[in-house]
Formats: sequence, C-alpha cells, structure tokens
Amino acid sequence: MKKVMNMVNAINDALDIKLREDKNVIVYGEDVGVEGGVFRVTEGLQKKYGVERVFDSPLAESAIAGTAVGMSIAGLKPVIEMQFSGFANPAFNQIVSHVSRMRNRSRGKYTSDMVIRMPYGGGINALEHHSESIEAIWAHIPGLKVVIPSTPHDAKGLMIAAIESPDPVFFMEPKRIYRAIKQEVDEGKFSIPIGKAKVLQKGTDITVVAYGAMIREVQKAAVRAKKDNISVEIIDLRTIYPIDRETIAESVKKTGRLLTVHEAIKTFGVAAEVSSIAIEEAFLHLEAPPMRLTGYDVIVPLPKGEHHFMISPERIYYEILRTVKY
Amino acid sequence: MFKEYDPIKKNMFQVMDNDGKIINKKFMPDIDNAEILESYKNMLFARTADNMTVSYQRQGRIFTYPPNYGQEAISGAVARIMRDEDWLVPAFRELGAYLAKGATLKEIFLYFMGYEEGVNFKNAKNFVPYAVPIASQLLHAVGIGYEIKYNKKDQVVYTFVGDGGTSEGDFHEALNFAGVWKAPVVFIVQNNQYGISTPFRMQTASDGVAIKSYAYGIKGIQVDGNDFFAMYKAVKESAEYAKAGNGPVLIEAVTYRKGAHTTSDDPSKYRTKEEEDEWDVKDPLKRLKSYLKSQKLFTDKDEETLIEDYKKEIDRQFIEAENFGAYPLEDIFKYTYGDMPDDLKQQMVEHEKFLKWKELSLKTNV
Ligand SMILES: Cc1ncc(C[n+]2csc(CCOP(=O)(O)OP(=O)(O)O)c2C)c(N)n1
Repeated sequence: MKKVMNMVNAINDALDIKLREDKNVIVYGEDVGVEGGVFRVTEGLQKKYGVERVFDSPLAESAIAGTAVGMSIAGLKPVIEMQFSGFANPAFNQIVSHVSRMRNRSRGKYTSDMVIRMPYGGGINALEHHSESIEAIWAHIPGLKVVIPSTPHDAKGLMIAAIESPDPVFFMEPKRIYRAIKQEVDEGKFSIPIGKAKVLQKGTDITVVAYGAMIREVQKAAVRAKKDNISVEIIDLRTIYPIDRETIAESVKKTGRLLTVHEAIKTFGVAAEVSSIAIEEAFLHLEAPPMRLTGYDVIVPLPKGEHHFMISPERIYYEILRTVKY
Repeated sequence: MFKEYDPIKKNMFQVMDNDGKIINKKFMPDIDNAEILESYKNMLFARTADNMTVSYQRQGRIFTYPPNYGQEAISGAVARIMRDEDWLVPAFRELGAYLAKGATLKEIFLYFMGYEEGVNFKNAKNFVPYAVPIASQLLHAVGIGYEIKYNKKDQVVYTFVGDGGTSEGDFHEALNFAGVWKAPVVFIVQNNQYGISTPFRMQTASDGVAIKSYAYGIKGIQVDGNDFFAMYKAVKESAEYAKAGNGPVLIEAVTYRKGAHTTSDDPSKYRTKEEEDEWDVKDPLKRLKSYLKSQKLFTDKDEETLIEDYKKEIDRQFIEAENFGAYPLEDIFKYTYGDMPDDLKQQMVEHEKFLKWKELSLKTNV
C-alpha cells in the first residue's frame, strides 16, 4: 500500500515504525513531544508512545547529545533532535569527543550509536544561524555517518536504515523541501542502504552530483540543458559519508565531465571530495577539470541578501555550459 | 532588599498589586510622577510597536518576529536606569531596552526584514547585536564585565536570557565566572513560563531561577516581572551593588509571554485559554495604568491620543525601512574578514561574471 507523503510525513512514519517495533528507541529533544517539533516531524508520536519514549528535553544541546551517549552505552537507541542544525554547535564537544569515538575508545565494548536529526539549509527567509549547511564538518569526523535525503521516499528508507545502523548517524533534513515535494511512499517498512548514491537521470555529456534541496534545482537546470542538446547525468549522493566512490567514478568515466553542486560553502567542502574521487578514479577519462558550484565562503546572509548566496537552476545551467564548453 | 527577599525565603519581590495599589511602601522606588508617567509612555510605545510589528508580519512585510507582549515592564525598568555608558547584551525579547539604548525602530524593522544593518544600531553606544544561540551571550557580558573592572570604569552590564536559556551550560558557566571575577553584571532572566512550547517546570527541577544564585555565591532575587515598581527597584539596587564592586546579581523576573513564541508559533497547541486569562489580570501595562489613574496622572483618553501618535511614528519608520533599498552583492562578502582573502575576492568576481552572462542571455533570448 502506498500513501502520498511529504518529507515531514515520511520521517514521522519511519520513526513511528521503529518506535513500534523496537522498545529501545527513544525520541527526544527541544519541543519534540507535546508540540511535535517546530516543523512537526515528531507530531503525534508522544500521544502514541508516551512521555517516557517521546519527550521534551530542557533547552541544552550538549546535554541532549551527552545523555544520548549514556543511553546508547546502556543499550537504548536514542533518536535525538537538534532544533536547527545551527544549534547542534553547543553539542559539538559531545559529538566529536564522545559520540564518534566511544566504539573505538572501548575497542567495541561500548557504542554510541544514535541518530542525530536536524533540519538544515537555507532558502527559508530565516534569522541568523537557521540557514547553514555544515555537513562537511560532521563528515570530517571519523566515526560519524552523514545522511541527507532529497525525497520523502528516500527520507523514510534512510531514516529506518539510520536507526538500524550500528553507528551514529547524522540525519540532516533539507527543511526547504520538507513540504515542497509530495510523492507516493510505501506504507510498510523498507530501508535504503546508507552509503549508496542514486543515479536519478542517465546522461552522456556531464555528471552532476548533488544532494538534499539542490537536487530539485539541478533537475530544473538539466531540463534547460536538454534543450541545448546537453545530456546530463544526475547523481543524488544521499549519503555524504560513507561516500559512494563507485557510482561517482562509473558515471564520470562515461561522461568525462563533472560538476558538483551544494549549498554549503566551497572551501574544504563535499564538492572538493567528490572532485578528488573523479581525479583519483577517472583521471584519464576527464575532458574538463571537475567543477564546483557551491555557496561562497561567507556567513549565510540574512533573507534580503540570500539570493546572492543561494544556488539557482540558472546558475547550475551556467556552470553546466561552462563545464561542457571547457 | 536582598536580605528581605533572599531567594531561600521563596518570597517574590512585589511593590504593587494587580490593581495598581502599592502594597509594599518600604520598597517603593524613589521616582517622581513625571518619571513614572514617562516610563509608562515608553512601555506603551514599545507595546504599540510590538503589536504593529506582528501585524506587519501577518501582512507579509517582515519575516519571523518574536513578540514582547506581556513582558514590557522588565525592559521598561531597565530602560529608565541604564545609562549611555552601560552595556546592553541582549537576547531577543527586550524591545523597550533597545529603544532606550538608542536603537531605532527602523533598524529593528530592518533586521526582521532580513538586513544585517538592522543590528548595527548606529547611534547606540555599548549595545551588542542580538544573540540567536540561546544563552551564549551571557558569557560575552561577563567578558565585558571583566574589562570594566580591569580598566576601573564606572559601568555596568545588563544582560538578558529566557527561562529556557537557564538550561544551557553557558548560563551556568557565565554565573560561575561572573561570581569568581566579581564582574559587574546584572543578569536578568525573563521567566515568561515557556521556552517555545516547553513549560518552565520541564526546564529545571529547582524552585525558580533566583535560588540558583546560591550555588554560584552571588546575589539573587525573584521579582514580579509584571510589576514595574518592583522591577525598577530591583534593577536599580542590583546595578548599584554590582558597580560598587560586590559582584554580579541574578534577577529572575517572573512574567508571562502573552503572545506566541514567534510569529510562526501557535501557543494553543501547548497551553490553555484559562492559563492565559489568569495572567491577563497581571498584565504589566494594566497595572501601571491603574496606578497612574489612581494618582490622577493619566486617563484612557490620554492613552488613545498617544496610541494614535505612536502608530503614525511607527508606520513612518516602517515605511522608511521598507524603502531601505537593494542589498549589494559585495555586502555578503565584505564583512567576513578584516583582510579579505584573494580566494574570496575571486568568488565575488565569478559571481559578477555570472550576472553579466545572465544579462546577456536575457537580451539574446528576447
Ligand atoms: C542554542 C539554541 N538552541 C535552540 C534554539 C531555538 N530556540 C529559539 S528560542 C527558543 C526558546 C527560548 O526559550 P527561553 O529561553 O525561555 O526564551 P523566550 O523565547 O521564552 O524568550 C529555542 C529553543 C536557539 N535559538 N539556540
């Protein structure tokens, strides 16, 4: 049976399934209980599973992550929410010093497997600290996995996989498309493997790698490119780390050109990693340098300046042209 | 005051009852009628501006805004006591204090329209921009307090946080440092009973916030935050105490957020109408107005006239903000570094190239 869902519904559904089947799953964070989260992702779950399993925590991100480490050591499976990715920063110490390291430190005796959910990304006319994309920082920490879905279907399957993962998973939710995309999603339980990218569209002239809210923008640019007889292959990374080297390499070997698109800033970012993979794995096939279209290396501007920063389909199209004509 | 209202006694400091009657003459602050009237007008102006800002938001003319409705006496008191040279390290729900510091409504509107210029506060001395990461600003206040002591200045720092913010580690670390350093900081916790949807009783198992001052070895007091006179007295004495080198003070101002958390929040999801009505009786403006009326200093007619004038002024500043103009490309780059890296300059050049291409492609397409 299928049901039409947006990403909010789909993540809620995944949490519902895991709460139902696994008594160790505990969901908490700021305003996730009574209110169901400021974006309503956890709506209705407290009513269904009670305040011991789905609850509002005091306002303290370091404490949320730190207590989740303890719960996980003791055998529970916490799924915690950072209200916005910008507010995971107070938890940085717990995440980098403990969440990512407990398995290694204890030589596998203890783990701190948990899911750290958070809305992230720009384009919603928000105040400061509500628009950043810092996936590269988390992906840079050994021991963490970083997942970013781009559709309701993927969000559900990846969330189930994240909760079942033996490792801590950062689940970054592109909030700009929380409600923007609706599709039919399987009502039952299914999972999508972490670490596997997806080829969304086959093409022959250029590979465009993206993820999250950028996918939709890339698809629009590809339609325009098609009118110019440019055939674009689109890869949705879906997982930032572990990164799917094989899918990237295979595609670039075929097209000979690569453009990576992300909202996050450029320097030391995911696009640099994807470009390196192309160079390492498909060097002799390259007909142009691997290109990057990313946010500029600046603080995300407040809404009135955000259009200078955000990546439009038009800019993607422009970069596709530049790469193809190189 | 600190002795009588030692938080351990669980005796909230009040001067005026809900009907505006003075019930605690001993601690009635020493202020004349003109000053009281002026204070009321400021609070009324702040409330009118706040209400109008919410309606501008509803009309889609600004983005998300956190209303101050119901909490005006707290900033209202600080506004009358804080001097130019004193520092204000805000959270984001202290409109009356910002205006007193010299921020203009136009600037405040600009911020919520999405311009960084809105927290530049051109003509306000010693006023730091809002801190969105809850409670993080309190540590900055303590650092500023250190400088005041270091250079033996006659200044004090006023810093704000909400009840939710008292759960953050930064809150506790700030009180601890301030206590150790005897920093001249007045910490004002606006306990408005909620952090978004989370009620105060779920933030802490302790009986109020003021009592926490004990653990840090500093002075603390719980004040009826909807009682202008009590707030005035408490802030005044705290500032004097801190300035005299005795160390920081923790003021818990007990109040109620009558509005939504922000314009994107719906309080009916997590609180009852009955509760809202209970607090309505304690409204800070109603109480001070009752006092003014009882002293024959003010009438409802005066209020009507004032509100009409205020609305015109507020709208004038709003329109000015709306006409602020375009946001130049270079403004997203130029404040990132004092010494802009070449790499970043190049990124701006690349964007300009794109814009040229765009212009050209538009022309050729037509
Ligand atoms: C570090 C951090 N975590 C979460 C948030 C999101 N957030 C914004 S306001 C708020 C509640 C604040 O409650 P309180 O401190 O009581 O202040 P109030 O809003 O009631 O004035 C939260 C959780 C934030 N801004 N910063």
